[in-house]
Amino acid sequence: MNIVIVGCGRVGAFLAGQLDKAGHAVTIVDLDRGSFVHLPADFGGTTLLGNGTDLDVLRTAGIDKADAIFALTQGDNRNLMAAQIARQIFGVKRVIAKVNDPIRAALYRAHEISTVSRTTILGTLLEAMLMGDAEVGKVLIEKSKAAEAAMAGELG
Amino acid sequence: MYFVIAGGGEVGFHLAKALLESSHEVMLLESDRRRAQVIEEKLGSVVLNAPADEGRYQLEAGCQRADAVIAVTGEDPANLIICQLAKWKCNVPRVIARVNDPKNEIVFKALGIDETISSTRVIMNVIEQELPSGGFLPLMPLTGSHLELIEAEIAAGTPSAGKSIGSLGLPDGAAIGGIVRKGAVVHADDTTKLQVGDRIVVLSPTKVEADVRKALFG
Repeated sequence: MNIVIVGCGRVGAFLAGQLDKAGHAVTIVDLDRGSFVHLPADFGGTTLLGNGTDLDVLRTAGIDKADAIFALTQGDNRNLMAAQIARQIFGVKRVIAKVNDPIRAALYRAHEISTVSRTTILGTLLEAMLMGDAEVGKVLIEKSKAAEAAMAGELG
Repeated sequence: MYFVIAGGGEVGFHLAKALLESSHEVMLLESDRRRAQVIEEKLGSVVLNAPADEGRYQLEAGCQRADAVIAVTGEDPANLIICQLAKWKCNVPRVIARVNDPKNEIVFKALGIDETISSTRVIMNVIEQELPSGGFLPLMPLTGSHLELIEAEIAAGTPSAGKSIGSLGLPDGAAIGGIVRKGAVVHADDTTKLQVGDRIVVLSPTKVEADVRKALFG
């Protein structure tokens, strides 16, 4: 798949690395050149310096041929703007935005943007761990541990 | 009428002031505490110190009964989301967004925000109006600042044609804000040379207008 990721913080860089390893064509966009250090050393995708809410930057990133876009900057509003441009203007099928404000996350879900809120996902998981409810995060935690072990292994 | 203004920068402040002077009811949302205080000291209790991009503060500001919400922060993504929230959550009949990047006028329209204002576009429109060749035209005073906006065209034979901005000898406090060259906005700094056909916008203290004219036209 052709995948565009807006925002190369820890989450964006991690996801870019995973999808690149899985054989997808990944383009990752960030305003700050320094942010690309978060990417794994063997990242084979494309990095693009620019504002991910800018129409022309998104075009350069190949948004018109993208199968999916992830908006993962630190700003909820920027993520929602990038995601809506991808969905409404370029017709990208899978659009996922990180929106930490739960209220905005719920509202935009009703407007064709899949939203993920770190606030509620992490909060719910932590509560389940405290209560000893292993079912809630079982698969998620196993997969995360495997990814962490692989990353640590690469560093020797 | 009741207006909710999002963003208490220069634009938001002067807009609130003007609307209050025309006897409208206004609530201004500003997330920076100190800025909110400064505005409250000047305009009275018409300020809510809270971010306008969160639904609960829009409700607290009374957006449900607002005739219009006007988003004028310096961030285009924030202005978009503020207007969408106002429309979808509070059913505000009219939402107006400031766009800082003129390209975003089209984007906002596609995303359901029909009314946008781009300051870049406004200045471009003013400049594109006919101005006599080699003309010098004070456009407008900027409220409460003792500054004004001047437009000038550099014609063949204008003494400043070919000179760099740094060498013009503009009076203290005056600055060339932008150059329109062949229909495009050109960034202006001290090393930029003025060319025949350039239309320039100068921000100048009102009292030195004559010195600006002298620096450009001799």
